[in-house]
Amino acid sequence: MLDKMFTSEAISEALLILKEEMPFALWETTYVTVLATAFAIILGLPLGILLVAGEKDGVLPLPKGVMHVLNVVINLLRSIPFLILMILVFPLTRLIVGTSVGTTASIVPLVIAAFPFVARLVESSLRELNPNIIEMAQSMGASPMQIIVKVMLPESIPSLISNFTIAITTILGYTAMSGIIGGGGLGKIAINYGYYRYKYLVMLIAVIILIILVQLFQSIGTKLAVKLDRRVKH
Amino acid sequence: MIEIKNLSKTFRTAGGTVEALKNISLTVNDGDIYGIIGMSGAGKSTLVRCINMLERPTEGAVLMDGQDLGALTQKELRGVRRDVTMIFQGFNLLMQKTCLRNICFPLELAGVKKAEAKKRAMELLEIVGLPDKAESYPAQLSGGQQQRIAIARALATQPKVLLCDEATSALDPKTTHDILELLKDINERLGITIIIITHQMSVVEEICNRVAILDGGVVAEEGEVSAVFADPQSDAAKRLVFPDGEEEVVPVHPGERVLRVVFNGAMAAGAPLITQMAIDEKIAANILYASTKCLGDKVYGNMLLGLPEEEETVQRAVKYLTEVGNVLVTEVTGNA
Repeated sequence: MLDKMFTSEAISEALLILKEEMPFALWETTYVTVLATAFAIILGLPLGILLVAGEKDGVLPLPKGVMHVLNVVINLLRSIPFLILMILVFPLTRLIVGTSVGTTASIVPLVIAAFPFVARLVESSLRELNPNIIEMAQSMGASPMQIIVKVMLPESIPSLISNFTIAITTILGYTAMSGIIGGGGLGKIAINYGYYRYKYLVMLIAVIILIILVQLFQSIGTKLAVKLDRRVKH
Repeated sequence: MIEIKNLSKTFRTAGGTVEALKNISLTVNDGDIYGIIGMSGAGKSTLVRCINMLERPTEGAVLMDGQDLGALTQKELRGVRRDVTMIFQGFNLLMQKTCLRNICFPLELAGVKKAEAKKRAMELLEIVGLPDKAESYPAQLSGGQQQRIAIARALATQPKVLLCDEATSALDPKTTHDILELLKDINERLGITIIIITHQMSVVEEICNRVAILDGGVVAEEGEVSAVFADPQSDAAKRLVFPDGEEEVVPVHPGERVLRVVFNGAMAAGAPLITQMAIDEKIAANILYASTKCLGDKVYGNMLLGLPEEEETVQRAVKYLTEVGNVLVTEVTGNA
């Protein structure tokens, strides 16, 4: 495999593909990742808040049954392998996007797979908060909504950013898999050229670009989390 | 006025029910600095949380100016909590917000306009002596400074009552003293009633006018601080006034009369008071017990003096010592 990978023929062919298709693939991957993460946060953040606030001793206790259902649904969605989930949500995708294949269509299964994960990440961020801070807010006459909006979320911002960074890098990895259902991007290039047509060099380059993207997202996220954390003396 | 009437609180835990408070009745008058003291686990923190209904009493009532707080809805209670604010051992500041925004926080909750809240917060920063820390974050401040910010925050809604839950326990003696001075100042200048929960007798000694001693969930003793100090009745009070059990070894000679001298911030650190009394009044006092400490130029603590038995000598000694100011002198009768 290796000897065929670096022949001058393979290299020039790879460069051509790189020039013709990589920029667009890179754009597709970024767009799908960012949009899927955004939607996953829109759905996952409120759920994560409910998981903490809705507990028996939380600021907004919910009926035990509701909490139970919430937990089971989240665990259920999290336990389905992504490859199978992609196929299972075809009808839903068709309903929302109009088609079940293609780049935009791949956003739906990504969101479905990621929002329960984001909910758990938000839950863990909010649980890190010192309970005495919440008691303080209660002692000052804060309502449950005020505690959530003015205390729990702002005080957890550094931790939430760190966890959202984990989410975006995980979703980036998943986008590569969506190449299988016709989702575009770097994953598609890696699979179509590398796997189906034995152009391993193209696959290698696509993977390297994915690695660089993960590094990039991670370091931006970490920098932001540290920069915004006022507990750190800058 | 806050009246606590027959208040009990039980907790259900996995290991059965725990009676944290048993039939507590106390009255805190307007303008008091009321100390509630007890060892760890005596139920002090639970009691203070019952006053603002962070903990619902299992039985009994808390009346504030005659209003039963237990009968209020959650919404009404939130309003009351602007009148009864709280400071904590761990300060509990919002770490991601500036000091200014921390102080604005209760005003923001109450829906006060931003500009107005900011103006009030700046005044409060002045009162607590940190006008230059408005834009600092709590992590940049020392413990004492953080507690000052917490006090400013607690004063923002112009409360009638300030609850202090072990507010000085995380601070060193000097800072503790400074914070207590600030609380005293707030009590005097703004007329705010202060309820102090503590396990440190020195805190009660220094600023409280009344004290309740909590022991095993019941009030063991209650009254004027000077009276409790001069003549503790209950075992719990004796343990707190004489933490080392020193009183047991105080020798009382036959015919000797004993005075308890309580120093409550007397300006006597630089003066040899007892020696001076011997020179000025020619009274030879025998120091039987002494536990005093100096904070700045003031003295806190108490002392037992043995005096000759003539009534006239005792009277002169009482007069001499009382004239120093901030000194409380009482005669100890029976075996002290």
